[in-house]
Amino acid sequence: MTEATTATATPEATVAKPKPLLTDIDEKLLEQIANLHGMPKGAFNIRKDGKLVERHSSANIEISTKTDHPGIDIRIKPGTKGETVHIPVIVAATGLTDVVYNTFYIGEDCDVLIVAGCGIHNAGDQKTEHDGIHTFYCGKNSRCKYYERHYGEGEGTGERVLNPTTIVHMEEGSYCEMELTQLKGVSSTVRDTEADLGKGAKLVLTEKLLTHDDQTAVSNMKFELKGEDSSVQVISRSVAQDRSSQVFNPLVIGETKCRGHVQCDAIIMNEASVKAIPGIEARSEDALLVHEAAIGKIAGDQITKLMTLGLSEKEAEDEILDDFLN
Amino acid sequence: MLELKDLRFSVPGTGDRSGTTIDIIKGITMTVPDDRFVVITGPNGGGKSTLAKLIMGVEKPTGGQIIFDGTDITDLPINERANLGIGFAFQQPARFKGMTVKKLLAIAAKQKGSCLECNTYLSQVGLCSKDYLNREVDKSLSGGELKRIEIATILARAPKLSIYDEPEAGIDLWSFERLTQTFEQVHKAHDGRSIVIISHQERIIDLADEIVMIKDGKIEKQGPKEEIIPLLGLYQGADPSCTLTYENLTDATRAAALAVGEEN
Repeated sequence: MTEATTATATPEATVAKPKPLLTDIDEKLLEQIANLHGMPKGAFNIRKDGKLVERHSSANIEISTKTDHPGIDIRIKPGTKGETVHIPVIVAATGLTDVVYNTFYIGEDCDVLIVAGCGIHNAGDQKTEHDGIHTFYCGKNSRCKYYERHYGEGEGTGERVLNPTTIVHMEEGSYCEMELTQLKGVSSTVRDTEADLGKGAKLVLTEKLLTHDDQTAVSNMKFELKGEDSSVQVISRSVAQDRSSQVFNPLVIGETKCRGHVQCDAIIMNEASVKAIPGIEARSEDALLVHEAAIGKIAGDQITKLMTLGLSEKEAEDEILDDFLN
Repeated sequence: MLELKDLRFSVPGTGDRSGTTIDIIKGITMTVPDDRFVVITGPNGGGKSTLAKLIMGVEKPTGGQIIFDGTDITDLPINERANLGIGFAFQQPARFKGMTVKKLLAIAAKQKGSCLECNTYLSQVGLCSKDYLNREVDKSLSGGELKRIEIATILARAPKLSIYDEPEAGIDLWSFERLTQTFEQVHKAHDGRSIVIISHQERIIDLADEIVMIKDGKIEKQGPKEEIIPLLGLYQGADPSCTLTYENLTDATRAAALAVGEEN
């Protein structure tokens, strides 16, 4: 299917012009959260400080402004395959709390890639916050890959807060692969992730978190396996450095013949703390649910091995953390 | 060239031996010239692996000196020794969650990006690159696979002095055959690189220019393989395909072999 794009003029778009649309800081944030260099191809919606910067819909993917809440609806036509949607958010205004509701309606038999994320640059002394509530409706037999990255920076003393909520409804036979990553620089986060899966649906969710200094992170997850032969695989990998703290509460509920696997791995360093409470709840004798959790420091034999390959202790540690999270 | 001068290593005793010092390495002096293939063998618990770790810097000696190409490396950290040209393949390799085989080999080969020669290194240890390059070096790999990847990192790094701690352990017969060929090829290149292998395996011992037998933290015998192999009882009427090592001998046979050696 071709990916013809059409510019959609909206009141918000008019506000953001004229160019330049993005500053150097914006460009850097976009690169961090979405690996973007300038405007992406295909359908996209770039939001900055609570306003639309630029938007493009494609022949098969329509992006429109919500009428009841701030945010957008992304409607993907049935049968759309090989197309990409980028919806990055940049927040550079100190003291701003940006709440946005984005809803994805993925038609039947689609195969699409969705790239989201939020980068905060806080140069001031007030708290800057972005709360993104993303809801997905994955149509029958559709496949969706979703990447979301969060990143914070800025020379100011103000907090950088990111509170994402991800809600996924998966219809029969759908497959969804989600990778949710917090890179660094986020003062605090409360992450809520929920999914319900229909017959034969499969969700693979990977969460990667890095906290440092005095940052805090709480990740709550709830997955309900409602359809027969549905399955979920949850992989959580985190690194807690300095005095930061992390709490993980993943819960998988099996209501029928289904499979669920939760795996939490954390590397703890310095004076950090990590609490992992993986939960499984079976409401059917045919539910096969497994959880495992491991928290520990970087293994000494890993550092030693990389040092025998010529890396300094610090380089070895950085390499191990980078690979663990990326 | 590697020179060990009266190298010693002791640890504090524990349990019944608390308050005492246990000597693991008791004054080892030896030289590994350039371009040499040396096998260190001897019974378990004799100090072979400890000696290898002292050379690499994984353990710190309590006495003596380590000289590498004229530089005293006794107090150098592991990575500086590595950058001077010493490589070490561990007996029990580390696992890395998230790191791919390709990445580990690239680090070993000092390439920041992709590892162009990865196929060659994996092939040299009997692994097919398309099956392994993108796999993580984690618990999904068997012990034998991990061991072969560990050896491949040393082949990728191509250090002036390669030290392998029991490379045969956990490796199947077919892969081991390939591995011995690789060691032989490296040695036959005669490019100045030396190989030190800790092994009990007859096939590897047979590749050596020189054999060092270590027992109770000391060198018990040392010399060209032609002199030392008879002392190990390897070929005394045994099936050449079997692994009959010093370790497997009865006490009486060991004593006899050593007595023959002393007479020689």
